[in-house]
Amino acid sequence: MSPSHDRPLSPHLQVYKLHTKIAPLLSIAHRLTGVALAFLGTLFLIYWLGAAAYGPEAFATAQAIFSSPLGILMLFGWTVVLFYHLANGVRHLVWDTGCQVSNEGVRRTAYMMMGSVLGLTVLAWVIGLIVAL
Amino acid sequence: MVEFALPPNSRIKPGKTWPGPQGASKGAANVKAFRIYRWDPESGANPTLDTFHIDLDDCGPMVLDALIKIKNEIDPTLTFRRSCREGICGSCAMNIDSDNTLACLKPISEVKGSVDIYPLPHMPVVKDLVPDLTHVYAQYEMIQPWMKTDTPAPTSGERLQSPEERAKLDGLWECVLCFCCSTACPSYWWNAERYLGPAILLQAARWVFDSRDEATGERLDMLDDPFRMYRCHTIMNCTATCPKGLNPGKAIADLKVAMFERAV
Repeated sequence: MSPSHDRPLSPHLQVYKLHTKIAPLLSIAHRLTGVALAFLGTLFLIYWLGAAAYGPEAFATAQAIFSSPLGILMLFGWTVVLFYHLANGVRHLVWDTGCQVSNEGVRRTAYMMMGSVLGLTVLAWVIGLIVAL
Repeated sequence: MVEFALPPNSRIKPGKTWPGPQGASKGAANVKAFRIYRWDPESGANPTLDTFHIDLDDCGPMVLDALIKIKNEIDPTLTFRRSCREGICGSCAMNIDSDNTLACLKPISEVKGSVDIYPLPHMPVVKDLVPDLTHVYAQYEMIQPWMKTDTPAPTSGERLQSPEERAKLDGLWECVLCFCCSTACPSYWWNAERYLGPAILLQAARWVFDSRDEATGERLDMLDDPFRMYRCHTIMNCTATCPKGLNPGKAIADLKVAMFERAV
């Protein structure tokens, strides 16, 4: 039998149900939040600064967009994303010391990380609202 | 390279449903469906998913028992690797119910619904459940998995280790090179040409942390590369899936720490 050079590739994402497994789910979320911070965050910041440089009217429009309910909702989402990437980044720093690198460690630090995200988001908004009001 | 979809020749088509166990009445209490990935190199057709029905009252407890039963009694062309049937040889590694494991250590009773069996993920398929391991073995050779020394062996005979030094190899020497971990790693899926993957890195750690080995620096030099070791992003699928209960993620983390410590 002649060797086959077009062997099929065995299924991977199609059969390895990553969404049912907490470790890879949080891992890909770290990557996605990083992309969101870098691209979307920068985009909004540039728009905001650009509007300020363009003139008072453009800046007023930008302010109106950012302070609309949708703008507030996006800002809220952005803080969640920021704190997720921050807290999970700390989780990675802990792993890089060789600590908590086990199935139990992954689970334990996952709960601690998600608790921190909740706590930091609430804290940021409480402080923000106190300052704003 | 990241490619989420399977290439056209690898997409799985619906397969054949084989008749159920002879004699078992319709709706026999303990009949279980096994859906198994099939690919025949001589047909040139796409892979398929065949369905078999096994009477569990007439079958051993493990998934491997069912595979052997299918091969013996239903379809002798079903192809898979197996040898020791007790988790020592690492031959029967495959993807069962969405996790990579050894078929001989996986109880059928742990699987709810049909038992879905595929070859180890993201590997070239030789036939049915047999993946081509040429590349992973080449990567294994690359880490030079043997004792390297400059000093002559002691005249008394063996190179001795203290119990503490020996203990550092626990959790490393037990690896049977089944490659469940490497083929569970998305990073390895996308970068297998250059990333060594958890199984091989655990083997590398086995020699780096061996007190008798004298090539530690050379071994770390080989791993000090953006791809070979540092494509590990601590996803930890490796440790979650290891059928031997080992911790390749920790072995890689220890290698990273060793790399850092020699630099400062």
